[in-house]
Amino acid sequence: MSILVIAEHDNASLKAATLNTVAAAAKINASLTSEIHVLVAGATCSAVASQAAAVAGVAKVLVADAAHYADQTAENLAALIHAHAPGYTHVLAPATSNGKNTLPRVAALLDVAQISDIISVLDADTFVRPIYAGNALATVKSADSVKVITVRTTGFDPVAATGGQAAIEAMSAGPDLGQSKLLGRELSKSARPELAAAKIIVSGGRGMGSGENYHTVLEPLADKLGAAMGASRAAVDAGFVPNDYQVGQTGKIVAPQLYIAIGISGAIQHLAGMKESKVIVAINKDPDAPIFQVADYGLVADLFQAVPELVAAL
Amino acid sequence: MTLKILVPVKRVIDYNIKVRVKADNTGVDLANVKMAMNPFDEIAVEEALRIKEAGIATEVVAVSCGVTACQETLRTAMALGADRGILVETDVELQPLAVAKLLKTIATNEAPQLIILGKQAIDDDANQTGQMLAALLGWPQATFASKVVVDAAAGKVAVTREVDGGLETLELTLPAIVTTDLRLNEPRYATLPNIMKAKKKPLDVVKPETLGVDVTPRLTTLKVNEPAPRAAGIKVADVAELIHKLKTEAKVIS
Repeated sequence: MSILVIAEHDNASLKAATLNTVAAAAKINASLTSEIHVLVAGATCSAVASQAAAVAGVAKVLVADAAHYADQTAENLAALIHAHAPGYTHVLAPATSNGKNTLPRVAALLDVAQISDIISVLDADTFVRPIYAGNALATVKSADSVKVITVRTTGFDPVAATGGQAAIEAMSAGPDLGQSKLLGRELSKSARPELAAAKIIVSGGRGMGSGENYHTVLEPLADKLGAAMGASRAAVDAGFVPNDYQVGQTGKIVAPQLYIAIGISGAIQHLAGMKESKVIVAINKDPDAPIFQVADYGLVADLFQAVPELVAAL
Repeated sequence: MTLKILVPVKRVIDYNIKVRVKADNTGVDLANVKMAMNPFDEIAVEEALRIKEAGIATEVVAVSCGVTACQETLRTAMALGADRGILVETDVELQPLAVAKLLKTIATNEAPQLIILGKQAIDDDANQTGQMLAALLGWPQATFASKVVVDAAAGKVAVTREVDGGLETLELTLPAIVTTDLRLNEPRYATLPNIMKAKKKPLDVVKPETLGVDVTPRLTTLKVNEPAPRAAGIKVADVAELIHKLKTEAKVIS
């Protein structure tokens, strides 16, 4: 019996979230003597398979290469994973929008529970996961024959992307169910680091006042620090930035080395997405803003003065 | 084509309440705490109502699974505009797979063309029920919706989804499952006359046993803890002190 990890990728390259998920699989495997296999389902995705084969700790890479896996639609993907799940004790995917979309479908097809968003592995059946926006941590034990799990990437340090020499094995694709099709994508293009994997994040909230301010004030700081840019729900709802900037309970969960919250009051649902950051800096003119309760360094100041000053001094 | 929409709604702790873990670590304290409809489900109800008001759907049916008090949540849905309610009543702790199985039987009886659910509940944060229901019914799914356009004549729905990289739009063949994200719409408030009217709308109560569904939990919660608090931070006087601290104390910039 082995452990199956579903690769996160865009048909061209393996995404870092896969490395955290393999790390969670390795923790599970500490009490077993299984192999870790990675499933790459995509279209013309052989480059991804090669990258997955190099990941430390991976014994085998299974590749399902077919046009109807190109867009990662849940129906086709779940059917494929379901068909290959026998023989695995655990099926893991990162808790990305793809993982969250597909894996519950797999669990239901297998008639097992899903354990969402684990942040810690206690043994092969027992896991810790946040509930109530991270205001409580539940330790849950599964009695199912197959454990279907999504992994909160910030809970597990990534394994090395290189050093492994896994065998690559092609597997037959399932049928195209034809139930859904992609009409189009509007993806944000940015030269900055990916939010979920960034070492430093500069994040703006309602206090930015406008989308223009968000960009003119925060971009120079992000440029100086080589940081990714994030936002609170309030800033996204107000239309300052697109949805993929959102950090919080229902947005992205991040845990960088340094998180700089600017003009963010610190609503519970925002804190749920960033309070595991190593160092938190808050800049806000309201000394009573809840963000200061989680900040290691708080600066009560007008952000429109403080941020340019910070940029000039760095 | 007459289109019926099913909207599952969950009774959860009001999102404004700060939750407290019970002293015996068996769960969070829900005694005498204000409960409300899960916010994502309010968005689901609103979207269903808008589709009905646009003349595309003829009926919106709200369904809830849980304790007797879930009737209040269904009355809320009906005060907002749902035509009737169905409660699957049980005192058993319901996990997403069990809820999906209950909803499957309801969907089989009701034959809706569209089921709109919240993407996750703010209590267990599981984000599973819609996807599981789609799997059990063998229907297509579009999770994390920020825009829903139904073409009933063509039997299709186009759904824009909030995904990690931005937005993507899927076209699904009806019947289908949609789960809502935050920016799909802004839910209306129930007016007093509508709250009164909702009390007269039909509300059926059924039991899981009647539906032939085993709702036994698959996961056992061994304990619930408070997360470790962050060590108290400090206020710095100015930008110069902030930079000094980040360089010499936190050592996160150089």
